[in-house]
Amino acid sequence: MKINKFIPILLILLISVTSCSKDDDNVVIEAVNEEEVITTMEVTLTYGTSVITLKTQDLDGDGPNTPVVTVSGNLAAGTTYSGAIKVLNELESPAEDITEEVEEEDLDHQFFFTAASGLDVTTEYSNLDSAGNNLGTQFTLTTGLASSGDLTFTLRHEPTKPNTGLASAGGETDIEATFNITIE
Amino acid sequence: MSRLLLTVTLVITSSFCLFSQNCFNEFSGKVIDLHDGKPLKDAIIYSEQLNREITTDLSGSFSISNLCDKFYVFEISHPNCKTKIETIKVSKNINKIFRLEHHIEELNEIIIFGNSFIEKSKTLAENKISSKILEKNISSPLGDILSNLSGVSSFKTGNSVVKPIINGLHSSRVVIINNGVRMEDQEWGEEHSPNIDVNSLDKITLIKGAGALQYSGNALGGVIVAETSNFQIKDSLYGKVLVKGETNGRGLTTTSNLIKTNKNGLYYSIQSTFKQFGDFESPNYILSNTGVKEQNASFRFGLNRFKYGLELYFSIFDNELGILRASHLGGAQDQIRAINSEIPLIVNDFSYEINAPKQDINHQTFRIKAFNKFESLGKLSVQYDYQQNNRLEFDIRRGDDKFKPSIDLELKTHSIKIDLNSKTSNLLNIKSGVIGRYQNNFPDPKTGVRRIIPDYDKYDLGIYSVFDLKINNNFLLEFGGRFDFSSLNVSKYYRTSFWKSRNYQELFSSLIIYEVRSQTLIKTKMNFRNFSTTFGSRYNFDKNQFVTFNYSIASRMPNPSELFSEGLHHSSARIELGDLRFDSETGHKITLNYIFQNKKMNLSINPYINSINDFILIEPTSVQTTIRGNFQVWEYRQTNAQILGLDIDVSVVLNKNFYLDNQLSILKGRDLKRNQPLISMPPLNINNEVVYQNEKANNLTISLKSEYVFRQNDFPNNNFDVFIALSETTETLDLSTPPDAYHLFNFNSTIDLITKQNYSLSLSLGIRNLLNKNYRNYLNRLRYYSHDLGRGIIFGANYKF
Repeated sequence: MKINKFIPILLILLISVTSCSKDDDNVVIEAVNEEEVITTMEVTLTYGTSVITLKTQDLDGDGPNTPVVTVSGNLAAGTTYSGAIKVLNELESPAEDITEEVEEEDLDHQFFFTAASGLDVTTEYSNLDSAGNNLGTQFTLTTGLASSGDLTFTLRHEPTKPNTGLASAGGETDIEATFNITIE
Repeated sequence: MSRLLLTVTLVITSSFCLFSQNCFNEFSGKVIDLHDGKPLKDAIIYSEQLNREITTDLSGSFSISNLCDKFYVFEISHPNCKTKIETIKVSKNINKIFRLEHHIEELNEIIIFGNSFIEKSKTLAENKISSKILEKNISSPLGDILSNLSGVSSFKTGNSVVKPIINGLHSSRVVIINNGVRMEDQEWGEEHSPNIDVNSLDKITLIKGAGALQYSGNALGGVIVAETSNFQIKDSLYGKVLVKGETNGRGLTTTSNLIKTNKNGLYYSIQSTFKQFGDFESPNYILSNTGVKEQNASFRFGLNRFKYGLELYFSIFDNELGILRASHLGGAQDQIRAINSEIPLIVNDFSYEINAPKQDINHQTFRIKAFNKFESLGKLSVQYDYQQNNRLEFDIRRGDDKFKPSIDLELKTHSIKIDLNSKTSNLLNIKSGVIGRYQNNFPDPKTGVRRIIPDYDKYDLGIYSVFDLKINNNFLLEFGGRFDFSSLNVSKYYRTSFWKSRNYQELFSSLIIYEVRSQTLIKTKMNFRNFSTTFGSRYNFDKNQFVTFNYSIASRMPNPSELFSEGLHHSSARIELGDLRFDSETGHKITLNYIFQNKKMNLSINPYINSINDFILIEPTSVQTTIRGNFQVWEYRQTNAQILGLDIDVSVVLNKNFYLDNQLSILKGRDLKRNQPLISMPPLNINNEVVYQNEKANNLTISLKSEYVFRQNDFPNNNFDVFIALSETTETLDLSTPPDAYHLFNFNSTIDLITKQNYSLSLSLGIRNLLNKNYRNYLNRLRYYSHDLGRGIIFGANYKF
């Protein structure tokens, strides 16, 4: 082939590759709806008609906004509350209840309750997984004397079960939320 | 065949004789070398019909008189050339030039000695890895094999994800050319290793600098050129089968290839590799979920003639890599637990199973390449290549998403390349070319996880020229320039809270297309214009020693990760934030290389300085509280950086059977704006190897290698404090302090069991980490969570036919 024919053909080829620009300025790509994100944890502590709600809500996940933590009121001293934990993904509408998934995969999950030394409370698991080990979406919380301090809820994914507590549980943290509690 | 043709032609031509009348024609001409156009003296023009033999004179000319008006068959031959047979119709006085392939012998010879490769750059430090070394390491990742060279270290995530670091730089700053194709395999990520099957290669050349402008203008660290050799032009069928088993990981690698070549230049080859390893082991425990499964194949088909050639190439690379289970963590509190634990938090029994977290990667390359040698112009090559890289990353997930990947990226790249290599005279050689590239990235939204790398279309146009000017036999100059234009069209969903917190709302409000559920979709078009230049020289003092000098300027546009990251990076348990406002970084690298070679000793001393303006680095800036606990936030930042270093290679032949190899690499990297050390810089390392080789005893080779890696004492402090609710204490998360120095020994031996004319068989036995040393490597991202590999015994067999 003659060189004077060769080069123009190549240049046309080259330009055709680099100029095949798609005119897709109006195409809107699909937004990803994060399904397994946990945005919210709601703990309800019930004693008779008295209901105290502890709530943490982090709507932007690992975005720059910090979680909004609210405690609806103070606890009464010397009382045994029955506790229930609800975990939600509020990015979906209606909000998805992730507690169901946690309870379905009960062997892979466990909640832990950690009270700061100044706070006079004790906790006990009320529900177990299918193997008879602690799960903790239901629990009881018994208050002692008037005091205040942090109460931390930790949800571990794939912990060692059974275990003797958070320190030996292993696994990885799905939720870690701390609430400042006052007992009066 | 040619004899038959000859007879047929003779029969046909002799029939024409009946009509012949005029017998006073003269046939004259010239015989020249096809390669460089030089006249060929003593070429013989023979005609059976005339029963005459004419020899060309000094100017390659000949003349035959008294020819009739008819067809003649001539055989043109020369001692060093392939004989040519031509039928010439004579009807008047004619003149013809015959071109002979003068170099056919030379071409074969070069291939036999394994040197059928050309120097990539005349004035930059180059190191090579031969097929012999590649055959020794069939189961190792590319990054580990390259770290046998001075100035190269490995940046690892566990033991299977290994990236080469060249003179302190890696990822987007290292360009890999695989069989002439620039790898586009999402090389930007720290845990993305090159998608290359080392067993498809015959040679790897490392160029420590950006000056090889024919490959790229943005290789601030360097270029790795991986190639296969050219095939011989003769009828042959050959191949090899290599098998290697290893105790650590209880795995097996096999690779085989088959090559068919023909005298007419047609050839084809098929190559395949299969590799499977289970969990690897550190000296004291199993590294759970670190298995590897890899299947690769490549196919070549082509025609290799002296003047022109064509080749089709297709390769498929598929691997599945497990990532240490204990490294998947949920925040700072988990990291502290993992670091404080002497053994990984999760250690299970040995298994071949690969579960999440894992990577599943498929890379396919198609290439068609052709060249033609034009006498006036030089060698013109044209290449089209297409690459498709599909990366799946699986995390530990819950519910319906358990078996869904968290990352599903598909990167498609089309390139067209035209290169011209012209030797205008014996003194000046010019390489120039144009390259056009279109790339599309598609992150599949079906993962149910926000896209870590956005959707984009990228267009590149590059043009370059490099001149080699030989001033005299001892002095050579090299200079060149390259211009690259890149345009990036991006669609990205930002988290609205991040978009606002960055003040992008005010700066880039015009880019917003759409807002949905606290996410903001933007479209942007970014253009980058990058210039790169190189200037170098080489001076030969005498037969044994020379010195090269090179000054290169290279520019690199920010990669998608540096521009668009915004969110949690699971594999490092940190939040990574890019910056939309980044511009290209520009590196100025000056290298000096002194080489001394004689029969007893090889010495190379290679100091360098690399100053990079607007160097993009990532560093921790704050701690972010989320519902999952605390995460460290790492932000990309542009600064000015400087890397100063020295690489030394010495090999000494002690006597007929013993030789010594020594390598030393040291470098210092600094962030000039903050006046602090750069993160993840390789520490000083010294390798020593003593080799015994006895050709008389079945070519027995025994070697012992010592690898001493010092502690990195220059590092930035990125530690931060975390409150632990359980113990009600504040603890420091130490992610900065480098591990201690370590000293490893590796043993290797090979023996040729059978060496016959048609086939050979050799066996090998090696031991890695001979003393089963417990160590952690500063350049391994999983060093916090586990020790490195313990002892491994490797058996191998190598059969060639």
